[in-house]
Amino acid sequence: MTSRHNQVKKTVAALGMVAGAMAFGATTSDAADPIKIGTFLSVTGPASFLGDPELKTLELYIEELNANGGVLGRQVELIQYDVGVDSKKAITAVKRLVSQDEVDVIVGGSTSGATMAVIPIVEKSQVPFISLAGAVAIVEPVKKWTFKTPHTDKMACGKIFEDLQARGLNDIAMISGTGGFGKSMKGQCEKLAPAYKINIKASESYGPKDTDMTAQLTKIKGIDGVQAVVNAGFGQGPAIVTKNYRQLGMTAPLYQSHGVASKKYIDLAGEAAEGVRLPAAALLVADMLPDSDPQKAVVQTYTKAYSEAYGGSVSTFGGHAYDGLQIAVAAITRAGSTDKAAVRDEIEKTSGYIGTGGVVNMTPEDHLGLDLSAFKMLEIKNGNWSIVK
Amino acid sequence: MFAEFLQFLFSGITLGATYALVGLGFSIIYNASHVINFAQGEFVMLGGMGTVFFLGLGLPMPIAILAAIALTTLFGFGLEKLAIAPARGASVVTLIIITIGASIVMRGLAQVFWGKEFHAVPAFSGDEPINIAGATILPQSLWVLGVTVLLVFALRYFFDKTMMGKAIIATSLNRDAALLMGINVKLVLFISFGLSAALGAIAGILVAPITLTNFEAGIMLGLKGFCAAILGGLGNGMGAVAGGMIVGIAEAMGAGYWVSEYKDAVAFILILLVLFFKPSGLFGKTGTERV
Repeated sequence: MTSRHNQVKKTVAALGMVAGAMAFGATTSDAADPIKIGTFLSVTGPASFLGDPELKTLELYIEELNANGGVLGRQVELIQYDVGVDSKKAITAVKRLVSQDEVDVIVGGSTSGATMAVIPIVEKSQVPFISLAGAVAIVEPVKKWTFKTPHTDKMACGKIFEDLQARGLNDIAMISGTGGFGKSMKGQCEKLAPAYKINIKASESYGPKDTDMTAQLTKIKGIDGVQAVVNAGFGQGPAIVTKNYRQLGMTAPLYQSHGVASKKYIDLAGEAAEGVRLPAAALLVADMLPDSDPQKAVVQTYTKAYSEAYGGSVSTFGGHAYDGLQIAVAAITRAGSTDKAAVRDEIEKTSGYIGTGGVVNMTPEDHLGLDLSAFKMLEIKNGNWSIVK
Repeated sequence: MFAEFLQFLFSGITLGATYALVGLGFSIIYNASHVINFAQGEFVMLGGMGTVFFLGLGLPMPIAILAAIALTTLFGFGLEKLAIAPARGASVVTLIIITIGASIVMRGLAQVFWGKEFHAVPAFSGDEPINIAGATILPQSLWVLGVTVLLVFALRYFFDKTMMGKAIIATSLNRDAALLMGINVKLVLFISFGLSAALGAIAGILVAPITLTNFEAGIMLGLKGFCAAILGGLGNGMGAVAGGMIVGIAEAMGAGYWVSEYKDAVAFILILLVLFFKPSGLFGKTGTERV
C-alpha cells in the first residue's frame, strides 16, 4: 500500500518538474530564440520538380540570412516536412508545424492540392501562410491568413488573350490536357474569354499519357475561321501537340501555356516549336530582359546564386520560394516582431516588392499582388526564347 | 470530309502497328509458357529509353538502336533466367505475378538511372510530313508500318520454317509431348523471352520519335498491346496484328468522330465486348477443355 502511495507521489513530482521546466522554457522565449519558418514541400515523388528547387532555395537563402546576422537580430530556423503529393501528409505536417513546432510563419505547399487541403487548418490556427502553388482558388476568394507567390493560370490566359487581341485574332480553338493543370486553365480561359472578346469556337482534350493528338487537331483544322490555337497543358503532351500541329500543316499561330516554359519543351518538340508563343516568368529569360526592366537585377542575382550553390539551371518554382521567403522576412522586419497578426497585416501591405515572379502589390482584396506585366510573352525562334515586344 | 477520315485512318494504323508489335510479344511468350508477360510494356520502354541513352553516349543512330535492342534482349533473357526459371514448378498465375513484379523493377531501374524526364528520339528520315489526298503522314509512321510488316513476315517464316520456331509451336501445343520428343523446353522458354523482348524494343524505338519516351512510357503501350493480343485471340500471331490494327483505328476514329476524352476507353470497351461475346478472341480457336 505504501509502496504504491510512494509511486504516485513520485509520478506527481516528476510531472511537476516537467511542467516547471516547460513553464521555464516558455518564459525564456525572447530575443535569443530563433524565428521559425515552417515549410511542407513535395521534395520527393512525382512533383519533386517543384519541391526540390523550392527547398534548396529556402535553405540557401536562410543560410545567407543567418550569415548576415539573421532577422531582427534573431537567427532564422527552417523546419521542413516532405509531403510528396499526399494531401493527408500535408495536413499532418501543417498540424505539427502549427501546434508542435510553433512556427511563426509558413512558406510552402508545392502543389495546389496540398495547399487547398491545409487552408482550413491555417485559417483556424491563425498563422500567416504563403503558398507556392499555382491554382487561383488559393487566393480567390481571399482568405485572411493565406497568400501566394506564383502566377495563376488565369493570368496566363489573360496574357495570351492580350497578345491575341494585339494581333487582331478573335476566333480561337483550345486543346487541353485532362490533367489538373490543363483542366483548370481551360476553365479559367473560358471564363475570361468574353472580357477580351475572344470567341472559343472549339475545345478538344487529350489524356495526360496520350501519345497522338492528330485526331483532335484534325477536328480543329476542319473548323472554318479558327485564327489561333491555344494549348493548355503540362508535361510531354504539349510537345506532341506541337509536333502533330506541324505534321498536319496547320498554320494558325499556336500558343502554349506557362506550364511548358522550360528548355525541355523546345528539346522535345524540336523544329516544330518554331514560332510558338507562350507566356512565361521573367526568370526564364533573365539575360534577355532590357536593362530598364526592374526585375532584371533580381532574377540575375537569384539565377547566379542558385546555380553557383547547386549547379544546373534555375526553375521558376525555386523562384516562387525565393519570393515567398523574401516577402515573409520583409513583413517580419517591418512588424518588428513575430506577432502573427502583425506579420499577417504587413504581408498584406507588401507593395512594390520586386521578385522573380514580378512586381508584387498586395491588398486586402488581392493576396497575390501580381498583374499581367509579371508575364513576358515569348516566341520560340531558332530553338531559343525571344521576347515579343 | 474524306481528308479528315484519311487523317484519322493514318494515325490509327500508325498506333495500330505499334500495338500489333507489342501484342506479338505477348503472343510469343504466351505460346511458349502460357504466361502473360506484363513486363512486355517495359521492354518497349527499354527500347526507346535505351536508344536515348546510347545516343547520349555519342553513338551513331544505327549503332545506338542495335545496342538498345541488345540491352533489352538481355533484360528478356535475364527475366527468364532469374525470375521465371527459378519458379519452374509454380502455377501460371504466380508466374504472371512475377512478371508484374519484374515490370515494376525495370520501371524503377529506368527511373533511377535515366531520370523521370521525357526524351525525344530524332526521326529516322526527317520530320517533313508527306501529303496524301489532303491528309498527312510522317515518314516515321511509314517506318513503323514497314518494319511491322517485315517483322510479321519474318516471324511467320521463323515459326513455320525453322527448327526453333517449330519447337516453340510444339511446346505451346503440348509441353510434355514436346519434352518427350526431345525438344529442349527450357531453351524454348529462354529464346521466347529474348525474342519478345527484342520485338518490344523494336516497337519502342520505332515509336519514340513520334510519341516521345520516358520511364513510364511502357505502361499504356503494354496495356494496349495486351488488348490487341486478347482481341485477336491470345497466342495467335496474326490475330495480335489484326487486334492491334482494330484497337488503333478504333481509338483514332473514336477521338475524331466521338469525344477525344474517352480515347483510351475505346480500347478497353472493345476488350469488354470481345470478352462478353467471344471470350477466345476474334481469331482465337475456341478451345475445348477436358474435365
